[in-house]
Amino acid sequence: MSRHRTRATVLSSLLMGLGQIYNKQYMKGALMMAFEAASVMYFILNLGYAFWGIVTLGETPRTAANMQPGQYDHSIFILIQSLITILYLIVFLVVYYFNIRDARKIGAQRDEGRPVHNFRQSVRYVLDYKFAQAFLSIPAMGILFFTIMPIIFMVMIAFTNYSAPNHIPPGKLVDWVGFETFKNLLALKTWSHTFYGVLTWTIIWAILSTVTTYFGGLLVALLINQKGIRFKGFWRTILILPYAIPQLISLLVMRNMFNGEFGPINQYLGYFGLSGLPWLTDPFWAKVTVIIVNMWVGIPVSMLLIMGVLTTIPRDMYEAAEVDGASGYQKFRIITLPMILFTTAPTLIAQFAGNINNFNMIFLLTGGDPVKGDYQYAGATDLLVTWLYKLTLNQNRYNMASAVGIIIFLIIASFSIYNYRRTKSFKEEDMIQ
Amino acid sequence: MSRRKIRNYIRLTASYITLAILAICAIYPALWIVFGSLRPGTSLYSKTLLPETLTLKHYVELFNSRTILFPQWYMNTLKVSVFSMLLGVALTLLTSYAVSRFRFKGRQNALSVVLVLGMFPGFMSMIAIFLLLKEMQLLDTHLALILVYAAGAPLGMTLIAKGFFDTIPRSLDEAARIDGASNFRIFTSIILPLSKPILTYMALLQFVGPWVDFIFARLILRSKDKWTVAVGMWDMVQANQNSNFTMFAAGAVFIAVPITILFMFMQRLLVDGLTSGASKG
Repeated sequence: MSRHRTRATVLSSLLMGLGQIYNKQYMKGALMMAFEAASVMYFILNLGYAFWGIVTLGETPRTAANMQPGQYDHSIFILIQSLITILYLIVFLVVYYFNIRDARKIGAQRDEGRPVHNFRQSVRYVLDYKFAQAFLSIPAMGILFFTIMPIIFMVMIAFTNYSAPNHIPPGKLVDWVGFETFKNLLALKTWSHTFYGVLTWTIIWAILSTVTTYFGGLLVALLINQKGIRFKGFWRTILILPYAIPQLISLLVMRNMFNGEFGPINQYLGYFGLSGLPWLTDPFWAKVTVIIVNMWVGIPVSMLLIMGVLTTIPRDMYEAAEVDGASGYQKFRIITLPMILFTTAPTLIAQFAGNINNFNMIFLLTGGDPVKGDYQYAGATDLLVTWLYKLTLNQNRYNMASAVGIIIFLIIASFSIYNYRRTKSFKEEDMIQ
Repeated sequence: MSRRKIRNYIRLTASYITLAILAICAIYPALWIVFGSLRPGTSLYSKTLLPETLTLKHYVELFNSRTILFPQWYMNTLKVSVFSMLLGVALTLLTSYAVSRFRFKGRQNALSVVLVLGMFPGFMSMIAIFLLLKEMQLLDTHLALILVYAAGAPLGMTLIAKGFFDTIPRSLDEAARIDGASNFRIFTSIILPLSKPILTYMALLQFVGPWVDFIFARLILRSKDKWTVAVGMWDMVQANQNSNFTMFAAGAVFIAVPITILFMFMQRLLVDGLTSGASKG
């Protein structure tokens, strides 16, 4: 006896909502039909164009003869419109699939002679049992269109020749070129020299900045936490200040302070009879400056974190060590340090990943300068991210920028997934009930 | 005095000296910018940290200038911050509550996807978002900024908020469910009141975001009267380097002071936020 089930399934495959109406769920069926009608209208108008667009990326560039919009093809607009249409098609197909499944399930219910939910009961059911999915669909839509869609778009761009000066629409068209961009980036002398140079500095920077701020923070936390130090709260409050000032402001201020000609730092060095240093204009010193300023910004965060951990180390461990006659240094090496390292390891990896992407620090402080002559549009302190930014906004080398972006993403993603899989909150998340 | 006491004394003195030096390093830039904003003239060069004469001229100028539309920018930023905060926090609460309390197919994968997407360099998707907003005719509007910031919020904060929700005992909502409370009811009357700390944390971060982000703001906001303070401040340093430093300093004080005070009050909370995503069970 599967009469209703088969009929409902067939009907809802023919037309969304038809199966539901057959199942006497009129309101639900009507809503679904309206959704399908609107969607089909949209697809009739757009789908053919979308497939044509994504294959050809446009056929008519703009010339003096066809200046009116609509008479020429703009490859990038075509690409993004096609992408939106296709994504919507996917969403539509998913909804369609669920529609058939739903009709089938309700049909089966009728076959078994069980009553069917009316509209109010359906809503109630969703709120009670499908709450999470219903809840998540709203943010998921936002993420789909504002995060995933742009990412797919950027990945696609890496496989085109969308770049200045020869392939910038609407005057010129863009074409698919496969892996050529990646090949150029990794093998073509002019690009690969810059790429490996910037990559090396990015990694050195990420290691140095993470290590310096971490151990700086550890040192400060231990200093304040020593037995016998008074006004602990006062010291802590003052030393947290750099973290509390918005980076936008503090970094722009630092840029002025380290200014070689007018900046107060060189001025003070002058009082001591020292000639000033070319803080931001010499490649080596610029790198030193970024690390120093980053310590200024980053140490308070590590300090806070480590102070938090220090309070969680059980007192009796120290007492036991004292009974055994351990010296202060021994207590630190055997109890404090391992405990801190163990607890903060995930944060440390996260900070490392974050530093690879530390756009603000470099962009606001040095802007990637000083310029290096043998680099393609990059300076001595440019990280991969800031280079990507320059390639995009200043040079319009979109395909190259996308390829760099994909590489950064692969580096960061592997670190963070590894890190996340190791954390306690992932492995033992159902611990607290 | 015993040797031990002397050593202790030396250790403490050395520590105090180190702390004092560090403290000076920490507050110096802040003092420098405050005094810079009170110094007459426009140059950032000065013989001493303390100016010989103090003036409030630059603050007055900041609000009357025809080229620097500071009050306008300030209001714009306030508007964008408040709305993106409300929307962003609401979205994040929904996502994190759902992933913390419900078990459904593909959940672990969804969490990993959220984590990975959150790591994506934001401006890599810049051109795409720019074109998308252009399609939606939203360029040069504050609505666009609000949408972009709010849509990004769940990615950045879901895991942290989830970590927090996980620590609220599940027995509480099970008891409520037995009493016949709906999911929505449980959310509003049990989870929300207990999650004030994480709520404040998220709201604060989401509020401060627009004050300090200038990458998207600069891309999307084309006309000067629509700028946010971040874009304005950056432009002040960029456009006329050195020539109008004191006014920049006054603007910096105006932005930095409220945010700094906010952060100082929230220290404890921020530490919890920093650690909860990573190490709490």
